[in-house]
Amino acid sequence: MSSSQLLSIVTFIYGLSAVLYITAWIFEKPFPGKVATWTAVIGVGGNILGILLRWVETYKVGYGHAPLSNLYESLVFFAWCIVALYLYIEYRYRNRTIGAFVVPLAFLAMAYASLSPNISDRIQPLIPALQSNWLIAHVITCFFGYAGFAVAFGISIMYITKQRRTAAEGPVLAHVPGTETLDDLTHKMVQFGFLFLTAGIITGAVWANSAWGRYWGWDPKETWSLITWFIYATLLHARLMRGWRGRKIAYVSIIGFIAVLFTYFGVNLLPGLHSYGTQ
Amino acid sequence: MKKEERSSIRFIDMTWEFFISLRLTVVLLFTLAATSIIGTLIPQNESREAYIQAFGEFWYRVFYVLDIFDMYYSWWFQLLLLLLTANIVACSIDRLSSLWKTIFVKSPPFRQGMFRKESLKEDFTIDRPADQLRSTYERVIGKAFRYNRTEPSETGYFIYAEKGRLTRLGVYIVHLSVVLLLIGGIIGSLFGFEGFVNIPEGESARVIQIRNSNQTRALDFEIRCDDFDVSFYRTGMPKEYRSSLVILEAGRPVAEKDIVVNDPLRYRGVNIFQSSYGQVPPDVRTLQEAGVELSFKSLESGMVYTRKIQMNRPAPLPEGRGEIVLKNFQSSYVFMGQRDIGPTLVGAITPSEGEPLELVLPLRFPNFDRMMTRMKEGRRFVITVHGFPQRYYTGLQVTRDPGVPVVYIGFVFMILGCLVTFFMSHQRICIEVVEKGKQQSRVIVSGNTNKNTIGMEKQVRRLSRILHGVGPAGPIPSKAGEIG
Ligand code: HEM
Repeated sequence: MSSSQLLSIVTFIYGLSAVLYITAWIFEKPFPGKVATWTAVIGVGGNILGILLRWVETYKVGYGHAPLSNLYESLVFFAWCIVALYLYIEYRYRNRTIGAFVVPLAFLAMAYASLSPNISDRIQPLIPALQSNWLIAHVITCFFGYAGFAVAFGISIMYITKQRRTAAEGPVLAHVPGTETLDDLTHKMVQFGFLFLTAGIITGAVWANSAWGRYWGWDPKETWSLITWFIYATLLHARLMRGWRGRKIAYVSIIGFIAVLFTYFGVNLLPGLHSYGTQ
Repeated sequence: MKKEERSSIRFIDMTWEFFISLRLTVVLLFTLAATSIIGTLIPQNESREAYIQAFGEFWYRVFYVLDIFDMYYSWWFQLLLLLLTANIVACSIDRLSSLWKTIFVKSPPFRQGMFRKESLKEDFTIDRPADQLRSTYERVIGKAFRYNRTEPSETGYFIYAEKGRLTRLGVYIVHLSVVLLLIGGIIGSLFGFEGFVNIPEGESARVIQIRNSNQTRALDFEIRCDDFDVSFYRTGMPKEYRSSLVILEAGRPVAEKDIVVNDPLRYRGVNIFQSSYGQVPPDVRTLQEAGVELSFKSLESGMVYTRKIQMNRPAPLPEGRGEIVLKNFQSSYVFMGQRDIGPTLVGAITPSEGEPLELVLPLRFPNFDRMMTRMKEGRRFVITVHGFPQRYYTGLQVTRDPGVPVVYIGFVFMILGCLVTFFMSHQRICIEVVEKGKQQSRVIVSGNTNKNTIGMEKQVRRLSRILHGVGPAGPIPSKAGEIG
């Protein structure tokens, strides 16, 4: 089996897991939730296997590079980061409701990678600009950061849904963790994301300096990552001000994630240098 | 105090209040995020004409006045950064001056008031006298906390303990790192430069072009490019650009290196990067040195001959048909007064019988001469330029940035500061042991932390469970070491 085939299967596993999480959440049944967790665990295992297999394949084709070099490969890695981080949270907080809001994101990333006609899953050689070990450090740190923000985004959506419904006190949200825990978890995920985004921007800057002699050039991708960083820095500080908790913070976290998505996908619509997505 | 003195003091106070406010921070960070978008929507540093074409004269003027075309270096964007710096510095001074006493004291002050939070309180009764518990409790606490001390009370005693006091400095390290980045950036823009130079193979250069301006700059040394190579993958994608560079000082080579993208040459604080390449249009000198290879296809026999011809030196035509001479090379040639056909070799053919004929060989149009042979009487060969010396030039980015070390220190501080700020906290514990009759004690465990209250709640519960299970003579449970 080739890595692309394996990863297509993983896409469906994530889809199944997402459906199960949502089912468990809506119908308040523990059983589908348990299955959802195990499905997600299988998915995350298959996902990392797919990545490793693809790594081996690059050597077979004769290029030999870590599979983190184009949009397809980065999406696959992104999905892995999201689910891995989510499963850790589920384990730590013993709560499956968040899965209904987070695992679908991983499924969407994988589905986009596998199904979009604009994204090629062919193994390509590295152009000279990408031939650097900094590439690996840069991509890994950035996508850890993005995964943290993705989880924070899922929780924020959940938070707002919960708040909307507390008045009606619908049964659907009875299993959702308390708003205080959600708020705290959002903050933790944003901190996690912020740390890794910071590291991602820094590794990118160090790489740019070693490849072009300028650590910062205000190209659109760089600038958008800085915009994202400013938004989350705003969130961290707003939280220290009186009255900025819960709902408001959830909105900033959603805006932040929109900026993440734009940094990742939208920038290709703008003029720039970064090579992702131009294929 | 005089009236205006008072008002000037008030003004200073208000300015200070303005700069230490977190609201200003939030506003500035958000404004920086929002305005940064502009420069990604409107390409920066394009030519005037391109902008006028894209936006029209009116909007060009508006954007021009607002410095939108170079907005990240505009006065207003720099002002925002300056305000942010002032904000950080003022805020840090303000907070640090009150924190200083908490952080740098020999024996930290503990007050009962610190431990009021209900969620951070656990309470139990144990069947031991208070003084029997004391030494064990001190040992348990001593294992988990860096600092502890016991104070007697009227009804028993308090054990106070704390750890992670210095982690309160983490935030200031993050903020200091932001300031370092800005200082490093300023150093770079004042004392550094960023330029580029194209050097044909075999030649050298000393003067570079500064990016985004018309200025040039002379380096203290010369860069010579001995060779440039580009290689491709089977798919046709470029694999490697490689330039063999030599640094010359006073004409003598002092350093040399083959550079590729991602592996530059650094010499005396100047970095030389592989950034582009291209073909040098042939010039008379190289053609004279190397000669030109022509191919002759006979119209009668169909035979093809290849000959190397030196410039300005008549050479015999194949099959004894006369002579050919290449007279000149023109980088642009206007054919019959009408059309520019680009770089062209001009020469003449003297057939063995008949009048001399003009020969025009444009490098870009190899079929040109076939057409000419049809039009002109007396031509017996179609002549094409088979080979002429091709030379590449290497495009080098040449930069110098003395601010980089400061920026890199900032990077390290920022990561370390974030790690400390996000994952460590200053935790304080108070264990109050109250005598309750002869054989019983009441124990109240309470905590205080500067952040991560939920984590601290867990700790207080855990610690209380451990203290509850401890007898006076029993061993210290190994769990105690894990608190924290
Ligand atoms: C790009 C600029 C900045 C960055 C990256 C930054 C970063 C941070 C971070 C990561 C935290 C920790 C937040 C948390 O505990 O979750 C923090 C806290 C804080 N920041 Fe900033 N900051 C910046 C600018 C500023 C400025 C301009 C001020 C000026 C007032 C400021 C004042 C504070 C204060 C007062 C705290 C809280 C400290 C505490 O918890 O005692 N920051 N900052």
